[in-house]
Amino acid sequence: MSRFLLPLGIFLVIATFLAVGLGLNPREIPSPLIDRPAPVFRLPDLHAADRVVDVAELKGRVWLLNVWGTWCPNCHLEHPVLMRLASQLPDASGGIVGLNWKDNSAEARRLLMRTGNPYRQVAVDQAGHAAIDWGVYGAPETFVVDASGTVRYKFIGPLSDAIVAEEIMPLVSRLMAPVQG
Amino acid sequence: MTLLPEVGHFALILALCMALVQSILPLVGAARHIGNFVAIARPAAGLQVLFVVIAYACLTQSFIVSDFSVAYVAQNSNVDLPLMYRISGVWGAHEGSLLLWVLILSLWTGAVCLFSRSVPPVMAARVIAVMGLVSVGFLLFLLLTSNPFERLFPIPLSGRDLNPLLQDPGLAIHPPMLYVGYVGFSVAFAFAVAALMGGRLDSAWARWSRPWTLVAWVFLTVGIALGSWWAYYELGWGGWWFWDPVENASFMPWLAGTALIHSLAATENRGIFKAWTVLLAVFAFSLSLLGTFLVRSGVLTSVHAFATDPTRGVFILVFLGVVVGGSLLLYAWRAPRIRSLGGFSLVSREGGLLFNNVLLSVATATVLLGTLYPLVIDALGLGKVSVGPPYFNSVFIPITAPLALVLGIGAMARWRKDSLARLLTPLRWLALAAVAGAVALAASFYDLRWEAIAGIALGLWVTASTGFGIWRRVAGHGGLARVPLAFWGMSTAHLGVGVFAVGIALTSTFSAEEDVGLDPGTSHQMAGYTFRFDGVRDASGPNYTARAGTVTAFLGDRQVAVMHPQKRVYRVQRNPMTEAAIDAGLFRDLYVALGDPLNDKGSWSLRLYYKPFVRWIWLGALFMAFGGILSACDRRYRRVASRVRQGAQTTAAAGA
Repeated sequence: MSRFLLPLGIFLVIATFLAVGLGLNPREIPSPLIDRPAPVFRLPDLHAADRVVDVAELKGRVWLLNVWGTWCPNCHLEHPVLMRLASQLPDASGGIVGLNWKDNSAEARRLLMRTGNPYRQVAVDQAGHAAIDWGVYGAPETFVVDASGTVRYKFIGPLSDAIVAEEIMPLVSRLMAPVQG
Repeated sequence: MTLLPEVGHFALILALCMALVQSILPLVGAARHIGNFVAIARPAAGLQVLFVVIAYACLTQSFIVSDFSVAYVAQNSNVDLPLMYRISGVWGAHEGSLLLWVLILSLWTGAVCLFSRSVPPVMAARVIAVMGLVSVGFLLFLLLTSNPFERLFPIPLSGRDLNPLLQDPGLAIHPPMLYVGYVGFSVAFAFAVAALMGGRLDSAWARWSRPWTLVAWVFLTVGIALGSWWAYYELGWGGWWFWDPVENASFMPWLAGTALIHSLAATENRGIFKAWTVLLAVFAFSLSLLGTFLVRSGVLTSVHAFATDPTRGVFILVFLGVVVGGSLLLYAWRAPRIRSLGGFSLVSREGGLLFNNVLLSVATATVLLGTLYPLVIDALGLGKVSVGPPYFNSVFIPITAPLALVLGIGAMARWRKDSLARLLTPLRWLALAAVAGAVALAASFYDLRWEAIAGIALGLWVTASTGFGIWRRVAGHGGLARVPLAFWGMSTAHLGVGVFAVGIALTSTFSAEEDVGLDPGTSHQMAGYTFRFDGVRDASGPNYTARAGTVTAFLGDRQVAVMHPQKRVYRVQRNPMTEAAIDAGLFRDLYVALGDPLNDKGSWSLRLYYKPFVRWIWLGALFMAFGGILSACDRRYRRVASRVRQGAQTTAAAGA
């Protein structure tokens, strides 16, 4: 009898792993950048071609980087979440910096005009070099950088309200506490 | 706004009710010997099929008339979408593909009802009931977690369009083919479970389920080949197999199904490997279900990246547990009673089939391990890993090479006992010829790498030994007319393995690819061909705009092809898509994909490929599928079926 139970046993082991696997998120890829200095970039501003967005100026403040493009359907999905996130971020923070990745600038401006702009500043990364420095796999991706300029968090894929409420906002409050106090 | 979506939804609920009747009453009837309950299996199944067809027709109609009040239609269609893709859009996302799955399952059930008249009524009722149980699970899944008829309010003016990747004829027919194969294994599964329930595991069981298994396997083979062909021309990477979890999900049931059709041959002809064959039938369908779980639950990441939802994952996992766990429990309870008859010597047809089954099972386990490994490591908290082609290629080739080596010999061996001398002596010259042919072929590419020669020699050896087997059979049995169709089927499929192996060996070793930046009017030379870039212009389709390049290929001074690779942007979803241009040929493909513009003067980056013998990979798969059809059409299944009916009547008479 026992050898005939073997297939059932193997199946139960596999099923257990599948059950555990359901609770995991394969998209949560650890970034080699976590706890490392955030790569700096100086890129043209989406809204004024003669100005630049320089993230080195954000030192001393907690800020978020969001990689997006009008060509990316998941970014459209994420947009309302970003709008809500932007309204929750304290004024003392650096807000959300958008990295408009390999996109058509005119269309990007039109989209933000039409649907609202969650970003304090938007940098134009036409060539995608900054995205390479940041190790971006695909859009959207979101990073949290602390006051010392260290990357503390990375999320791949569209943000949800749950991720914002459970992970991003608590982290931002924690990181901002010593600055305020 | 019509009521059709509500009609469809209601039809699904009725189908669920009928599926419950179809599964519960016949099982009770079979256990308690209640004739009326047994007899209800066919009519109940017939009604279930009818209701599912109605539901499916309703959703299709909503797509055709672009009824955006249905959320699923609004998310996956658009008024500008061509009619063909509005029809195939039904299975363009999760809810609709599940509905297609349910439709195909009920069509298989209908086919079993129609073509199982020769099977004893109680056995047939059990088979239909088991298929009904599977239907219950999937209908519940549809209705509880993935209702395709959900309404949307306010009604959007326009839909979000079908995923551009799916707007392609190859991918439009790929999922139905694949599903017909996947779901077809449910018939073999139902026969196995019914036989376990009834305790009747004789050769007759194998004879009944073999043609069903063959047909399912044929569809799965064609479905996988279509998927591979689609990935080749649509993804723009020039590869034909990526060992992606979603691909593996279809490959595992195929490997198990291949093992099953071989072990069914042994069980049918010699009454051996009975318990093992039952187990394989359970495995083949379980792996189909596991594939569904992997694709639909999002536990693994994949280039196919389907939308995922954890509650759906939990549901499929529970369902998987009930179906697979339940049938394996039944197996553990009943299988110890199965007695296989007759021994055999290792050098015999049985020995060959055993070898085939051991290797194919190991291959299946290898793919399963590689597919689930990232999940297991993640679940144990050991980190995130991905297992890619390096693992699969290095493990898979040593397992399948011996299979190819023995294939021709095993197919020629006699049942029970044969001698190595009789089998091998006439083959030595063929072996030599295969190696010589391989060296000659490799030399024609001016490249004598040993991997290439070994691979080609293996393919030629499979072809030659199978050809010799055909000659021996025809010569030894008094002419062509006496050779059964099943033998032609087996031989054709085995020739397909040879063609497939030659294709892989040549493509993987002698392909050339280069990324080049070209100004309009300039040329690049690769693999003996000259590619001239003639610039890029604008183009447009019904729902996209595109930049189309022109590349003219020359062999020497002779123009061989004008190709138009495109970069498309679909208007609604805005994702850029690469449409590679391919000049296909039996002996080589030229393949050009458009990259990015390099400057304002019309220079573009291009990716050029030269792929020798790549068509042989899919040609081999088609040979295998055609062989399967020939075998399934063999006259003996009809003849045997009627003999079994007589046998059953005699037994019944003796029992009375």
